[in-house]
Formats: sequence, C-alpha cells, structure tokens
Amino acid sequence: MLDQLQKLGATALGVAERLGRGHLFLWHVLGGFPALLPRFGMVITQLFSVGVLSLLIIAVSGLFVGMVLALQGYNTLVDFGATESLGVMVALALVRELGPVVGGLLFAGRAGSALTAEIGLMKATEQLSAMEMMAVDPLHRVVAPRFMAGILAMPLLAAIFSALGVIGGYFVAVGLLGVDEGAFWSQMQAKVDLYEDILNGVIKSIVFGFVVTWIAVFEGYDAVPTSEGVSRATTNTVVHGSLAVLGLDFILTALMFG
Amino acid sequence: MMHSRSVQIWVGLFVVAGMAALLMLSMKVSNISAFTESEGFEVTGYFENIGGLKVRSPVTMAGVVVGRVANIGFDKDSYEAVVTLNIQNEYDNIPVDSSASIFTAGLLGEQYIGLEAGGAEEVLKAGSELELTQSAIVLEQIIGQFLVSQADKE
Repeated sequence: MLDQLQKLGATALGVAERLGRGHLFLWHVLGGFPALLPRFGMVITQLFSVGVLSLLIIAVSGLFVGMVLALQGYNTLVDFGATESLGVMVALALVRELGPVVGGLLFAGRAGSALTAEIGLMKATEQLSAMEMMAVDPLHRVVAPRFMAGILAMPLLAAIFSALGVIGGYFVAVGLLGVDEGAFWSQMQAKVDLYEDILNGVIKSIVFGFVVTWIAVFEGYDAVPTSEGVSRATTNTVVHGSLAVLGLDFILTALMFG
Repeated sequence: MMHSRSVQIWVGLFVVAGMAALLMLSMKVSNISAFTESEGFEVTGYFENIGGLKVRSPVTMAGVVVGRVANIGFDKDSYEAVVTLNIQNEYDNIPVDSSASIFTAGLLGEQYIGLEAGGAEEVLKAGSELELTQSAIVLEQIIGQFLVSQADKE
C-alpha cells in the first residue's frame, strides 16, 4: 500500500520536474532569439529541413482532404438542394480546423520527429557537451534556430494546406460533381470572414507550431543519451505533440468560436 | 555552416508559396471587401423588435447591398432597439423618408435590413434618423396569432 503511494508520488514529482525543466528550457531558448537575427542564415538552413521537406506531404494531404470533403459533403447537401454551399463548407472546415490541426499532426510526425532524433543523437554522441566545452551554448546555437524555424514554418504550411484543400474541393465540386462555379466562390466569399475565420486559423497554426516544436526540441534535448532513449524521445514527440495539438485545438476553438 | 544557394532558393520558394496561400485565402476565399466597407456614413433607426439581426448584417436596397449594420443598442426610455447602419458613401442620394424593414433571407436564412426609397427631396446624411421602421417578423408570434385566430373562429 505504502509502496504504491510512493510510486504515485514519484511519478507525480517526475512529471512536475519535467514540466519545470521544459519551461526553464523554453525560457533559455527564447533568450537566444535576439542573437539569431543578425545570423539569420542558421534559421534559413533549418527552415529548409523543417519547412521545405515537409511541403510534399502537406501539399498532397491538403489537396486530398479538400477533395474528399467536397465528395462527402455533396452527398449530404444534395438531399437539401444546397449543393451551392459546398464551397462554404469546404473552406470553413479547412481554414478553421483541418488546415491547422491536420497540418499540425503531420508537422509533428514529419518535422517534429526529425528534430527530436537529430538533437537526441547530437546529445548521445556528445556533440552538445563538446559545444559546452568550447563555451558555445548549445541551446542558443543548436536549439534556438530550429525552434524559430518551426514557429515560422507551421503557419505557412497550414496556409498551403488550406489553400490547396480549397483548390482540391473546387476541382471535385465544379469539375466532377457539376456544382455551379459562380455560386461555389460567391457563397464562400460571403460566408468566410477574414478576421473571424482566416486570422483565427492562422493564430491556431502559430500556437500549434510553437507547441509542437517546443515538445520536439525539448524531447531531443532531454533524451536519455542512448539509442533506446532517443527512440523513446522520438515516439514521445509524435504522441505528445499530436495530443497537445488536439487538446489545444479544443481550447482554442472554444475560446475563438464559442 | 551550410549556406548553399539551392537551400536558400528552396526556402525562398517555400516562403513565397506560404504567402501566396495566405493571400489566396484572404482574397479569394474570404470577404476582403470588409476593409473597404468601413468608408461610409452612419444613420440610426429605432426598431420595436430586431429579431435575429446581428452586427455586420447586410443593409440592402432593391436587393443590392448598400451597407452593413454597424452597431445594435437598446434605448432605455422607449424600450426599443437602436440600430446604427453604415451606408457606403457612394449611395448618398437615399431619400430621408425611406423606410427600413427587417427581412429574413429565405424561410430560415439570416436577417437583413431592406431599405425602400421614399419621395422626399432631402437625402440621408451622417447622423440622420430613419423615421419609418418595421420590426422583424418573428415566426413564433405569427404562429401564435394564427392559432388564436383559429380558436376565435370555432
């Protein structure tokens, strides 16, 4: 009985300690941001691996999600003779929810896991300690540019996802299902609001980018420096990152559209 | 440091694509015209009941959108709703005795204000008040009246 209680206490303490370390880590990394601005080349290199290399999966998923939304929505709307609203449905679903959320999940899987594995391996092969020996702060030199690249890349990726989704929905709705083209766009423009819908979607994607990248770099930096530890850290990034995106999405949606 | 040219070109392309997507979302998908519509003059009208009218609901004349509802308030003395309409500057020749009614688009659609031109020489300016107003038709009230009239007949 007492043993169980001790185990529970130890777990709780471990979680609290890890959370605290994560926040101190965040504080330290954010402190390295001003020094990055004159050396923006480091961020650009990271933007390539975080953003450009994620482009393919984001673009293809966006296109297909938009196409499927149009197909599925049509089946329901056709019963009410409201197929002209297909554009509104596709655009609102993508801009408000699917762009940031599915984009965030893919981002955690594609870019987050790579970040964790990279930083975790740097730790396991003692590259980070070597930097510290040379009085170079690895948090500023290694983690900060990756963190900034993740925050910058995510809103752009989500916007590309939504835009391609709308285009995919347009192809299916107008090209395949014969919805009137003028009604498709005009209804969409009448119902989708720049601030209410698009800006809130962008805010969501910035928040998701921040949280997913934070989890990814922290898991890498905090990994047990063995091959098993790095593998567990990578898994944690994807699982915790995805859960954080879904949980935060509910909170943000309740705050923005509630 | 890996500063190769192709990396920078790819990142440039990525940023351009992201910006283009954002631009497309705001220009093509949303109603960016919301920016320009703020240029207009405001007139007020008192309504007995505004039903489901909301801020930013359209104000139409002959079915054409000429402005938007800018603000909805409540008058404590007359117990009426005070609706401020923002009418675009180009429509500066609406007679001052025009009537404003609250209509519903379709059976279940959203509500909007329809203006009908009057015959006065004077035109609406900033700060004018619409004298002739007609409240929203509340479906429940009509059903209630119908039921009462049916009951009276019997």
